[in-house]
Amino acid sequence: MNDPCRDCPCAEGGGAGRASSRAAPPAAGRNRRGFLFGIGTALMGVGGVLVAIPVVGTLFAPARRSNPNRWTDLGPVEQFPEGTTRLAKFTNPEHAPTDGETSRDACWVRSMGEGKFQVFAVNCAHLGCPVRWFEQSRLFMCPCHGGVYYEDGSRASGPPPRGLFTYGWRVVSGRLEIEAGRLPGLQEGT
Amino acid sequence: MRWWRRARAWFEDRSGASALIGPVMTHRVPRSAKWWYVFGSATLMFFVIQIVTGILLATLYVPSAAEAYDSLRYIDEQVPFGWMVRAIHGWSSNAMVLMMLVHLSQVFLHAAYKYPRELTWMVGVLLMVCTLALAFTGQVMRWDQDAYWGLGIGAAIVDRVPGVGNELRAIMLGGPIIAGATLSRFFALHVFILPGLTIALVGLHLMLILRHGISEMPRPGETVEPATYKPAYEERVHRTGVPFFPDAAQRDMVFCGLALLLMLGLAAWFGPFGPGGVPDPTIIDTNPRPDFFFLWIFSALALLPPEVETPLLIIGPPVLLLGLLLLPLFSSRGERAPSRRPLVVVLFVVVVMMLGTLSWLGVTSPWSPQMDAWTSAALPPEFVRGRTPLELQGATMLQFAQCRNCHAIGGVGGERGPRLDDVATRLSWDQLVRQIQQGGGNMPAYGKTLSSAQTEAIVAFLATLRPDHVPASSIPGAIERSSGRDQPPEATPDAPAPARGFR
Repeated sequence: MNDPCRDCPCAEGGGAGRASSRAAPPAAGRNRRGFLFGIGTALMGVGGVLVAIPVVGTLFAPARRSNPNRWTDLGPVEQFPEGTTRLAKFTNPEHAPTDGETSRDACWVRSMGEGKFQVFAVNCAHLGCPVRWFEQSRLFMCPCHGGVYYEDGSRASGPPPRGLFTYGWRVVSGRLEIEAGRLPGLQEGT
Repeated sequence: MRWWRRARAWFEDRSGASALIGPVMTHRVPRSAKWWYVFGSATLMFFVIQIVTGILLATLYVPSAAEAYDSLRYIDEQVPFGWMVRAIHGWSSNAMVLMMLVHLSQVFLHAAYKYPRELTWMVGVLLMVCTLALAFTGQVMRWDQDAYWGLGIGAAIVDRVPGVGNELRAIMLGGPIIAGATLSRFFALHVFILPGLTIALVGLHLMLILRHGISEMPRPGETVEPATYKPAYEERVHRTGVPFFPDAAQRDMVFCGLALLLMLGLAAWFGPFGPGGVPDPTIIDTNPRPDFFFLWIFSALALLPPEVETPLLIIGPPVLLLGLLLLPLFSSRGERAPSRRPLVVVLFVVVVMMLGTLSWLGVTSPWSPQMDAWTSAALPPEFVRGRTPLELQGATMLQFAQCRNCHAIGGVGGERGPRLDDVATRLSWDQLVRQIQQGGGNMPAYGKTLSSAQTEAIVAFLATLRPDHVPASSIPGAIERSSGRDQPPEATPDAPAPARGFR
């Protein structure tokens, strides 16, 4: 009466011998068990997919983002006198309320005069370490693997496969703005 | 004590605990399994310590990018014994990685991965991956400058995967930048996913060890033949083996106890690791370095030629991992003794030496410019004594133009470029001028930065850099101090102006 294996597909073999003692003929029992098993599988399958949609969706959401870059203020152009290369700090437009210090970011602004600028990422084109500017030798040097760049951002020596990454820039009513948001990298890098 | 005996009997009857654990504890192991066999147990012991201290730290640490750093400082400075818990967690993680590597080496050298223990080895390789992943994600938990820029290096590597690098990087970082979402992802990996996986794999590893028994010490001539191995092993272990507990376990206990005390001593003496500087990306005066178990990768990234870097970075690790995983399938029989497998031993020694050398290079990082050498590394007096004003001007210029960041003089300065102590014995005047102006051989060109007069002064100084007792004329290619070149002006007051005067 209280057979724990009654509804379980594993009982198919073992249950056959005892089938005669049951009210229902063996074929009907098998059909019912098969039907329930099918329903169970379908329900669990549908449920699993429904759970998976938000799980996978959340996990992979960052990969589906379109270009996160937005125009970001660096301050009045007077802060960047002609002939200088200066570190400019800004808050990343992509930051979340709990990002703390990591919402901040920095870039190198080279002012070439006549309203022309070059804005370089601090991240070395090799593996992203922060490069430092040396005014006297007019070089950027990286502390990690020894990448060196000239003042125009082009590669001077070391392992970097290319020059420094640059940000798009514009001057709006006397203020320098750059197109920031994404951590610069070899892909999509400019 | 009757109540105690009755309680034990009751518990035994209801749970069957000793019937379950007894055979495991007393299963017979080969008599030859002695001190070589303690490293796996030590790895497991340190993992258990990681779980205990890790859970404790999870009650104190705040996994938010805005607060993680402060919470670590709080644990170190305010929580009673907090610094010690962090120190134990950090030192025990190092010990776990170290013991895991020694255990792996022993199993590899003794070919214990051969039939029938192939799957035990494969699970072990997966455990190695988990351990290293726990170590890397643990470094991220420190959320200091090293963690931030270490993630940057990781992101830059992932970014190089062709086609999907961009997407992979976004999934790894949890967004377009290294920030709060990144820490949360790595926190979930470090405290849920990886430990869960590791516990499951450790269980499987131990189950397989019980199933196949511990391998015997290899002896030359005793080959593994799958057709006859199992019955012969069973017979030998039954005849000459000893029970695991206490006969074999006592060595494990002694070694684990000593290792534990040593680790605790190191933790108490040296304290916790970090946190280093605040993870503020705008603080660029930083010198990011990974923890010791990843220093070799850091070094390889500096020394690999750029053309092969990306392919090696992306193809290398999976191929190495697959090779390690599938090793026992290609070599499941035959000799186990290291003396009969010389090629394997040579390969092992080469790999260990390579990793050791790369790690050591990672500590000294000779390829990196020494960022403050131009202001901190003074020229030793003997290199400026008795020099002419022009040469002294050159020495000043050399210092000012950050040449010392890459070039050591008198043993101080960067090591990226050659030492300049005796540069005049290696390069002629014209070669020096060309090298400075055009660069080459990993040196930037200074033609646009330095005026020809400044270059002239630097070369005049460099021309004096040769061992004092060696006259220039006896050195092939050395600089002749001919008139009109670098002749000191006061020596020939009537001579015509130098050919390359100041501009």
